[in-house]
Amino acid sequence: MPTPHEILSTVLLQSYNTRVVVLGTAMLGLASGITGAFLLLRKRSLMGDALSHATFPGIGIAFALMVSAGGSGKDLPGLLTGATISGVLGVLCMLAIRNTTRLRDDVAMGFALSVFFGTGAAVYAMVQTKPGAAGLESFIYGKAASMVFSDVVMISTVGITVTATALLLLKEFTVLCFDENFAASTGWPVLRLDILLLVLVTAVTVTGLQAVGLILIIAFLIIPPTAARFWTNSLRRMLVLSGGIGAISGWLGASVSALFANLPAGALIVLTAASIFLFSMLFGTARGVVLKLLDQARLQRRIGRQHLLRAAYEILETMNQPVSNQPIPRQRLLEHRSWSNPELSRLLTQARNEDHIEPGSNPAQIHLSESGFGEASRITRNHRLWELYLITHADIAPSHVDRDADLVEHILGAEMVRALEAELKPRPVIPNSPHQIPSPS
Amino acid sequence: MVHEHPPDCPLSVHDLTVAYQRKPVIWDVDLNIPEGKLVGIVGPNGAGKSTLLKACLDLIPKTSGWVHIYGQPYRANRHLVGYVPQRESVDWDFPVNALDVVAMGTYRRLGWFRPVGKAQKAIALEALEKVGIAHLAGRQISQLSGGQQQRVFLARALAQDAKVYFMDEPFAAVDAATEQAIVVLLQELRDSGRTCLVVHHDLATVAQYFDWLIFLNLRVVASGPTREVFTDENLRKTYGGKLSLLDHAAEAIRRS
Amino acid sequence: MNWTPDDTWIALTGALCAMACSLPGCFLVLRKMSMMGDAISHAVLPGLAIAFLVTGERASLPMFLGAAATGVLTAVFTQWITRFGNIDQGAAMGIVFTTLFALGLILIVQAADHVDLDPGCVLYGAIEFITFDTVSLGSTEIPRAALVNGGALLLNLTVIATLYKELRISSFDSGLADTLGFSSGLLHYLLMTLVAVTTVAAFESVGSIIVIAMMIVPPAAALLLTRRLLPMLLLSSAIAGASAVLGHWAALIVPPLIGFERTNTSGMIAFTAGLLFTLAWIFSPTEGLLRRRADALSSADGTT
Repeated sequence: MPTPHEILSTVLLQSYNTRVVVLGTAMLGLASGITGAFLLLRKRSLMGDALSHATFPGIGIAFALMVSAGGSGKDLPGLLTGATISGVLGVLCMLAIRNTTRLRDDVAMGFALSVFFGTGAAVYAMVQTKPGAAGLESFIYGKAASMVFSDVVMISTVGITVTATALLLLKEFTVLCFDENFAASTGWPVLRLDILLLVLVTAVTVTGLQAVGLILIIAFLIIPPTAARFWTNSLRRMLVLSGGIGAISGWLGASVSALFANLPAGALIVLTAASIFLFSMLFGTARGVVLKLLDQARLQRRIGRQHLLRAAYEILETMNQPVSNQPIPRQRLLEHRSWSNPELSRLLTQARNEDHIEPGSNPAQIHLSESGFGEASRITRNHRLWELYLITHADIAPSHVDRDADLVEHILGAEMVRALEAELKPRPVIPNSPHQIPSPS
Repeated sequence: MVHEHPPDCPLSVHDLTVAYQRKPVIWDVDLNIPEGKLVGIVGPNGAGKSTLLKACLDLIPKTSGWVHIYGQPYRANRHLVGYVPQRESVDWDFPVNALDVVAMGTYRRLGWFRPVGKAQKAIALEALEKVGIAHLAGRQISQLSGGQQQRVFLARALAQDAKVYFMDEPFAAVDAATEQAIVVLLQELRDSGRTCLVVHHDLATVAQYFDWLIFLNLRVVASGPTREVFTDENLRKTYGGKLSLLDHAAEAIRRS
Repeated sequence: MNWTPDDTWIALTGALCAMACSLPGCFLVLRKMSMMGDAISHAVLPGLAIAFLVTGERASLPMFLGAAATGVLTAVFTQWITRFGNIDQGAAMGIVFTTLFALGLILIVQAADHVDLDPGCVLYGAIEFITFDTVSLGSTEIPRAALVNGGALLLNLTVIATLYKELRISSFDSGLADTLGFSSGLLHYLLMTLVAVTTVAAFESVGSIIVIAMMIVPPAAALLLTRRLLPMLLLSSAIAGASAVLGHWAALIVPPLIGFERTNTSGMIAFTAGLLFTLAWIFSPTEGLLRRRADALSSADGTT
């Protein structure tokens, strides 16, 4: 186990090697987080997957060409050029399939991925007999831990260029991703914008492939933007978060890998990003799962409370006029709506906790508290206002109104209720229900 | 038949045919729409209404024919055109708010690279005000109701400040209040000299909303002022034997 | 070229494997999940690693079970993330398979001291070497890979034949399938199990390149030639089989032509499938590029 001192020195980037690796992966995380966000919004997240496989034949062919030209074949810019060309060809092939057949994006991507990758495997097997071919695999599996300073310089150059271009074209990419047809109708060159976006992704992918490997770059393009989406509904904030999550995953994952000898950096970075994703999916403040469940529970509670109080009020109306607060037999409440016994008990407990029902007292008799009675009359009044509104303002048969009103009144806020009151010139007393109140059977 | 195409016409279509694979979707469409009209495009399902719109906007390739906007090819006069696509054509989960979407109407005038500024936001807000939902400007678009989403799309078209508007079923699945608001808005646009082409489904309201009608069923059955072309005969030619629809229409004719 | 009986076995095994993959592949393509084969072939790594760590040997069966289980889990996780997170299916798939692959890599590194389970052998199965691993059946020696892939093909054929109408309806309209009482969820997982089992069977014996390509390319080509499901399944199997045979043949004759010694049969099979797809793309009688061009010209003529 590493000592606290080692942990501190790694996380604070005191060792030169760690600094290089962490800086490189964090830069890459930033750039791919931002380009990946647009891919996600264009519903092409797996593009990175297709592209990174599509670079494969280019690497092999570039190697073979350089060898036959008398070079070593392992010249980095040459290999990267090969990878880029074949990646771009893969992208063009995909766009061509998409635009000239009725096959969809996923098939087009899958085609580019598998055929290019297969071709790459064939090319690679051919050139393997040439001297110096060993080690070409590192393009596929990456070697984050052995990154050197020149790699970082390259990643940073590409990363900054790509990020700057993406931000410069923020509004163009936004309208492309949101509404392609509208963009085209106003004269944006949709196909060229698409190609440009994919060229940016290619640049990130090719750089990333050789620095950190295939799986990590695919993950980097998908996971940070998806995680970011759970925290915000604003595109700008999503881009910032996505870049940030990518960078943090790179930093944390690479740091942990520096501490434990036996853990590959790329895999750790993916797992870090995946953990951030999981956390975001659960607890994200804009679309998180927990938030949604809480919202749902809250809504259910509110609707339950309103149903209970309105039922109580309607029963009180049948018991005496003018309405006054009296104990209500539990049995009558049970009959008033289609509640099951345990359901009603749950609602009553909830109402007791909210002080809408007098505490203690006989369980067979429900006695609303002062505030409960006030709330009940308010809810009943809103409900009837709404019913009245629907009846007078829309062509909905009155017999259908009640069901709608039940749903809608819970969605309308106080503001709408005030507007309705003004519109309907409310009477001094609570308006009568436009329905006959069903007498309990 | 010789067709005259006056140069100041907001939309003139000559001999337009669009074929998807081997099947022509619309053919031989010839239209001249005068300025300042509310134009309804009606026809049965699959009659090619959306296709006509998209072909006019260069969104799908034309097999033959041409489309002129104010006497110039679409490309030259694109800035005079506003477009309201069908509501289902986009992903409403997209992370933008209502104001952002409306501001998209100003992007093209803004040009490459320049970010959205105060001026564009002001235009967008004004457009949202015109459709009556300025108070929802900051709301994420998935949290808007169907009618509100449709209003956002209309506001975006208003922000384009165009002279000819193409609207693909703006009344589809909106509430009665929104429908009324849209009609009022369309009338205001017309009164300020704009031309609106609207794909519409409801024959019962067609005569009441529009002052010019295009009956479309693969080809143009009739095109002209509502008073002249909204006839039993044209309806029958357009809708064929779909009698239940015709009954609706007959009633509408009686009422008008 | 020197075609030996071994080459016949290789071509035959390749064809069996290609057909086995293309059958569930048709449904994947129709369900807009074409990338599932790719996803599963990466995602099974932790299954392999865990099976190895638990049993301590490279035995086939535990590895097979581990991998198939992880493959099904990939589909399950993808479904969860899509549903609960309200996320695009492609993105969900990408998250799941990269995470599982990373997990697998770490597990393998832990076991690496005493095993040659390097990721390379996961990606390049060796269809060239299948004849070294044979099973005696009566008097003939049959490569184990041929049996494994034949079994997968048989399994896929049986399931698809029995549940043909259910699979068809649930691929076309899952809501309708549910209302008719065929649980589309159940069918989905059944299909995913088929995909996982096929993937693992193929990939363990002949390598994953064939799997990924054969799940997408022949079905996509078939879809350009027909719009009906049964012809699509048949055409796609035929294209898959042809790709395998032609691919192996090409692997033997192409390298000498351009001055190399040999190449990788799996890769050539994928490449050949790509060529066949391109032919369909250009020459499809109903919607090929040529047909489209001709139609555009003829209807332009017809109207002027």
